[in-house]
Amino acid sequence: MMPAPILRIENISKRYGKKDVLQGASLEVNKGDLKILIGPSGAGKSTLLQCINFLVKPDEGRIWLDEQEVHYAHKRDLYAYRQKVGMIFQDFNLFDHLNALENVRIGMVKVKGMGKAEAGERAVMELERVGLGDHMQQYPAQLSGGQKQRVSIARALAMDPKVLLLDEPTSALDPELIGEVHAVIRDLGNNGMTMIMATHQIGFARSLASEIIFMEDGRILERGTPDKIFNHAENARTRGFCSKITELYGER
Amino acid sequence: MEEWLYIQTEVYPALLKGFWVSLELILPSAICGLVIGILVGVLRVYGSRPVMAAANAYVALFRGIPLVVQLFIWYFGLPYIGIYLSPFTAAVLGFALCSGAYHSEYIRGALLSIKRGQMLAAQSLGFHKVQMIFSIILPQAIRLALPGCGNEIIYLIKYSSLAYMITCIELTGQGKILASNSFKYTEVFLMIGACYLVMTSVAALILGRLEDRLRLPGFEHHRI
Ligand SMILES: Nc1ncnc2c1ncn2[C@@H]1O[C@H](COP(=O)(O)OP(=O)(O)O)[C@@H](O)[C@H]1O
Ligand SMILES: [Mg+2]
Repeated sequence: MMPAPILRIENISKRYGKKDVLQGASLEVNKGDLKILIGPSGAGKSTLLQCINFLVKPDEGRIWLDEQEVHYAHKRDLYAYRQKVGMIFQDFNLFDHLNALENVRIGMVKVKGMGKAEAGERAVMELERVGLGDHMQQYPAQLSGGQKQRVSIARALAMDPKVLLLDEPTSALDPELIGEVHAVIRDLGNNGMTMIMATHQIGFARSLASEIIFMEDGRILERGTPDKIFNHAENARTRGFCSKITELYGER
Repeated sequence: MEEWLYIQTEVYPALLKGFWVSLELILPSAICGLVIGILVGVLRVYGSRPVMAAANAYVALFRGIPLVVQLFIWYFGLPYIGIYLSPFTAAVLGFALCSGAYHSEYIRGALLSIKRGQMLAAQSLGFHKVQMIFSIILPQAIRLALPGCGNEIIYLIKYSSLAYMITCIELTGQGKILASNSFKYTEVFLMIGACYLVMTSVAALILGRLEDRLRLPGFEHHRI
């Protein structure tokens, strides 16, 4: 028997005004999966990820975590659920008034109610895990993009999430800084973290994804193994996008 | 010689007394005003619709009516509904409410300038709204609002001189009494002006120190 999916998303729809930004997206994520969302800009990747932890309220659709349906209208359920689903943003969104250590610690202290000392120890551990043991006292304005993104990963991990959502985590980075963030994400994958990630870095996607999901115009057009999507896509739009993006971002 | 004696025996004690009354007016007014301003600023940005409307109405009212008129209402008007305030209480109440309205405007502007990403990040960690406002948004907004709020406190020091209009005899009130007894208007009010200048200068110094202490990398005010 297949194990039940850790996260199940059914028929998520979202419209802004007249525009259907998401039209019935469904997804099942098993423990340890790394699902990669690809698709042109405006396809709805960010909206889908934000709907998954209800930063954007979907108009329709249901979500289950560990077979428990999420009733996001109940604030208490919503806040509890969000703790279990971490989010990494394209532009990091570190808390600007807190140093690296405080950024990682504050969620544990304010949301989980942990003591400052205990949370501080955990924050140190998470920062060391992403290779920032020497930068704990630095403020976001003093960190490079790659370092900021690693702090934000540490901040999410400190909450012990079951699933991590990553919205183009390396798109705002200079090319030479992408590697350090990818290394951290690769490490997480190897340690069994369940992740859904939007990215244009197809070299990375190809080598690590358990499934690639191609989106366009708010729809999931095709999904499959990296080999299937990149080499034997059924849909002409998928093939077109893949060849374009291979040209742009090359083999890495 | 006679001048000097007059200053020593009349002017100096009176002005000193008035100076202390002024300080006693200014300090609680500044603190209460700031607290009111922060709360009202938050409500004007994050409150529910009716709360927001009420907060906006408060600001419109207290920014729109001359402060002297407000003081008269607190001191001479409230007795009509059976509330009697001492001149001192009425003055502090009037100053704090007026100052709060102005502070809230600076706080509101600063709150609105905090990037949406900060809130998304807090929400994604499971923060609820109040937690998010008080531990993520406000600490940043207050740093941005500090120069404006400091300016309002300097204003408050000066408009505290209106308290004598409702018989709370502070520095200006003492000066007025002295001057009308001696007809030495110029001398007395020059001295009073100097006193206010000292108070505002000290306040500016303290506010500058506070800005330095709260300054963090990324929150500097850049000078060219
Ligand atoms: N808050 C919003 N209001 C109106 N339209 C939006 C909003 N957010 C996203 N959209 C639109 O939804 C579409 C999908 O956006 P997005 O999810 O950001 O796509 P992607 O991340 O794949 O580039 C775009 O056309 C975008 O303009
Ligand atoms: Mg996007």
